[in-house]
Formats: sequence, C-alpha cells, structure tokens
Amino acid sequence: MDAIIENLPTFLGGFWTTLQLLLLSGAGALVLGTLIAAMRISPVSALRGFATVYTEILRNIPLTLVLFFCAFLLPYLGVGLPYFAFAVIGLTAYTSPFIAEAIRSGINGVALGQAEAARAVGLTFGQTLRLIILPQGIRMVIPPLLNVIIALTKNTSVAGAFFVVELIATSRQIINVRGDSTIAILLAVAVFYLIITVPLGQVAARLERKVAVFR
Amino acid sequence: MSTNVLFDVPGPKARRRSLIVSIIATVLLALGLVWLFFTLAAPRVSANNIESPGMFDPSRWDILADGRMWNAILVRGLLEGTLKMAAVAAVLALAFGIVFSFARTANSKWIRIPAAVLLDFFRGMPVLLLMLFILLVFATGSYWAGVAGLAIYNGAIIGEALRSGIQSLPKGQRESGLAIGLTPVQTRFRIEFPQAFRQMLPIIIAQLVVLLKDTSLAYIIAYPELLNIGLRQLPTTYGNRYFFTFFFIVLVVYLGVNLLLSWLARVVAHRTSAGKKNKRKGGPTVVGVDTAAMYAVMPDASGSSGP
Repeated sequence: MDAIIENLPTFLGGFWTTLQLLLLSGAGALVLGTLIAAMRISPVSALRGFATVYTEILRNIPLTLVLFFCAFLLPYLGVGLPYFAFAVIGLTAYTSPFIAEAIRSGINGVALGQAEAARAVGLTFGQTLRLIILPQGIRMVIPPLLNVIIALTKNTSVAGAFFVVELIATSRQIINVRGDSTIAILLAVAVFYLIITVPLGQVAARLERKVAVFR
Repeated sequence: MSTNVLFDVPGPKARRRSLIVSIIATVLLALGLVWLFFTLAAPRVSANNIESPGMFDPSRWDILADGRMWNAILVRGLLEGTLKMAAVAAVLALAFGIVFSFARTANSKWIRIPAAVLLDFFRGMPVLLLMLFILLVFATGSYWAGVAGLAIYNGAIIGEALRSGIQSLPKGQRESGLAIGLTPVQTRFRIEFPQAFRQMLPIIIAQLVVLLKDTSLAYIIAYPELLNIGLRQLPTTYGNRYFFTFFFIVLVVYLGVNLLLSWLARVVAHRTSAGKKNKRKGGPTVVGVDTAAMYAVMPDASGSSGP
C-alpha cells in the first residue's frame, strides 16, 4: 500500500495522460466517425464506397497494428510528431469506424415511416436528416456510443506500449522500482480504469433502459 | 431503413449533380492515392545523405519469393502463435462465459451479487492489464498469460451476453418448464440456456473475432505471435529495408483472417435472425447483420442487446 501512496503523483500523472488520450481521441473519433457515417448514407456513391472500405479495413485489423503503424512507420515516412500525437492519431483512426457504425445503426433504427413522412411533406435530404432522422437517431445512438467510448478508454492502454507514458507504462516504471508490491500496484491501475469505465457503463445502461421505454 | 427513402429517386438534374459530386470525390480520392503512391515510391534520403530506394522498388519486395519468410509468417506467426492462442482462449472464454452466466442468473443472491461485481470488474479493465497482472503475479509465461487474460475478459463479456439472452426470454419459458416438473436447474439448462445461446450466437462469434484481434496484445508481453514475428523478428533477420513490406504482409494476413471470420459471423447472424423473423413479436430487436457487425468491434456492447 505504501508503494502506491508514495508513488501517487506518478500514478496521477499517468492517469492524466490516459484521460488526455481518451478526451482527444474520443473527440477526434466522434468528428471523424460522424463524417464517415454521413458518407456511408450519402447519395454520392464514391463517398459511400470510400467510407465502406475505410470502415471494413480499420475494423478488421488489430489496434496494436494501427498504433504500430503510427509509432514506427509514420516517423519512417517522415512525419515528425511526438509519440503522444501519434497515439492520438492511431486511436482516433481506430475508433472512428466504430463510432460511424453506431451512428449508422441508430439512423437505421429510426422507423421507416418517419423518413417517408418527412419526404412526403417535402423536406429535402438534408432537412430530413437534420430535423427528423438525426434527433431520433441520436437518442438510440448514445448508449452504443458510450460503449465505444468505454472500449476506447480500455484501448488507450495499448498506447503504453508505444512510448506514451500513460497508466500502464507508469505502472511498469513503478514496478521496476517496487517489485515487492506488484499486486497492489496493478490493482491500483485497475481502480483508475474502473473510475472511468464503471460510471460510463452505468450511464449507458440507464440511458438504454430509458430509450427502450421510449421506443 | 433503406437509405433510398432519404432522397427521391433522382431526376435528371439531381442525377447530374450527383454524378458531378461523385466524379469530384473520385478524382480527389484518386489524387490522394496517387500522392500517397508517389510519396511512398520516392527514394528516401536519410539524415546522413544515404539514399535508399522507394517503397515500391523491387529490392524491397523480392522477399515475397522467399519460402522461409512465408513459413515464419504463416506457420510460426499465424498458426503456432496467433491462432493457437486464439483457439485455446476462445474455448476457455466460452466455458467461462457459460459459468459466469449461470452464476449471474443464480437464484441465491450470495452467488448472484459477487458474480455481478466480478463481471463488472473484469469488463471494466483493459485486456492488457489482465495479461500483465497474470504475467507478473503468477509468472505463467507469456503464452498462458495471454490466453488467461483473453479468456477471462472475453468470458466476462460472453457471460453478460448469455445473461441478457436468458433474461430476454419470455417468462412463459421458465414457468412452463417448472410446470411440467423440471427442477429450476433443469429448466435453466434444458429450456432457457439453449435458447439464449442460440439467440446470442452472432454476438458470441463476433466477440470471438474480437478475441482473435486482441491476441495481438500479446505482442506487448513479448509472446511470439504474428505481429511480433512479422514486425520484430523478421525485420531483424532480413534487415530494415523490408520493414514496410513486412508491415504490408502482416496487414493483409490480419485482414484476410478477420474478414473471413466477420463474414462467418454475418452469415450466422443472418441465419438466426431469418429463422426468428416468423415468431418475432415484441421480442428483442433483431440481431441483424449490422448489429452483429457493430458488436464485432465493441466488446462492451454485447451485454446490452436490445431492450
């Protein structure tokens, strides 16, 4: 226990880095994912094709490979950025198709009659989407989106293997010094992750029940 | 909802506009690809002015003809590394999941509540942390650390999926089981569980795809799987000249295996949802193609299928 207390500042530093990774790549993935989802349902076939290929490729390769690309191949190709930025890029790219799929499935979950009615009263594609489909879709999308964010929280741990000193990397540093209390240190790391994931999961579950009644 | 309800069947004007946008988008995408191609193909000059050939130079790709390289990638990396870990972990994860789901739906709250806490605990933390914990605390070696980490984490998720499957069954199933004289345990095993398993099969398979992808985390705990062999060992053996080539090969192998499995998940999802369509009434939302594909990548969504 004293190993944790005396290293608390280091832990909090790692936790802060994890939070930064989560917030930056979460925001990035939300923006990029929404764009991809919009492309995926747009009338322009080239954009649809691009979004489909992008989604299929990124969803079917492991995150480790994506981060490997960012941390080793991007510098090799002449991109000069700190490793933290590479990790954010990788996590954003990896998470965005999941966000896109969550949004798309929410949009697909809106009853067909809604779109038909909107079209029938003469709204355009943009208006239909903005005024009718998205406001309803977003409600159903929020629980799965939160689940994606929870997965992202856990995924930030992989960045620890690619030169970003977040919680996992921090814990490894501390274990190197205090090998006698490995269990306590790793449990402390687990608690830090649970601080983020458990409340998010509970919000998601509660929202889901609410939306289910609404539906 | 099919997308074509969102916009009218395009008239001549809209068709032309769509065509124009389509062409512009295609040209932009093509330009991007061409730019990428030439950036990669350009010879690179390192800091001390040594010029090395571009990424598409034959000297970087002649390795494709090397049988030993393929042997290392496909046999040592994919088969004896990744797939061996994934297969054992998948079997164990299924077993854990079944046990967890029974514990989670047990009648006695002395079993149910600890099981729920334990499941939340396992689901709420990174697989990597579980692996590290097992590796450092139990000193199992990287193979079993990887297998156990994957099995516990994915077992917890499969357990939650099965639990929600059991709970989404109509009450009458359990009641009629009890009414014909089966014990509660028999009812659970013989009436409820088989239905829940069948219903959740797409999610379970999708989760197994996730498990396969997550074996790459074992790279971090120094287990020799596809990523480790392809991107660490082989570049050391053959020289960094082939780094890009190896990355490309590993990417293609992962894509191939995962697309195959995802496709399988989709087929199963389609079959189960097609079979259910006739009786579906107020039940859970159809676990259709998109949902299953979505779950394939969001480990945590599996506990929350439908209302």
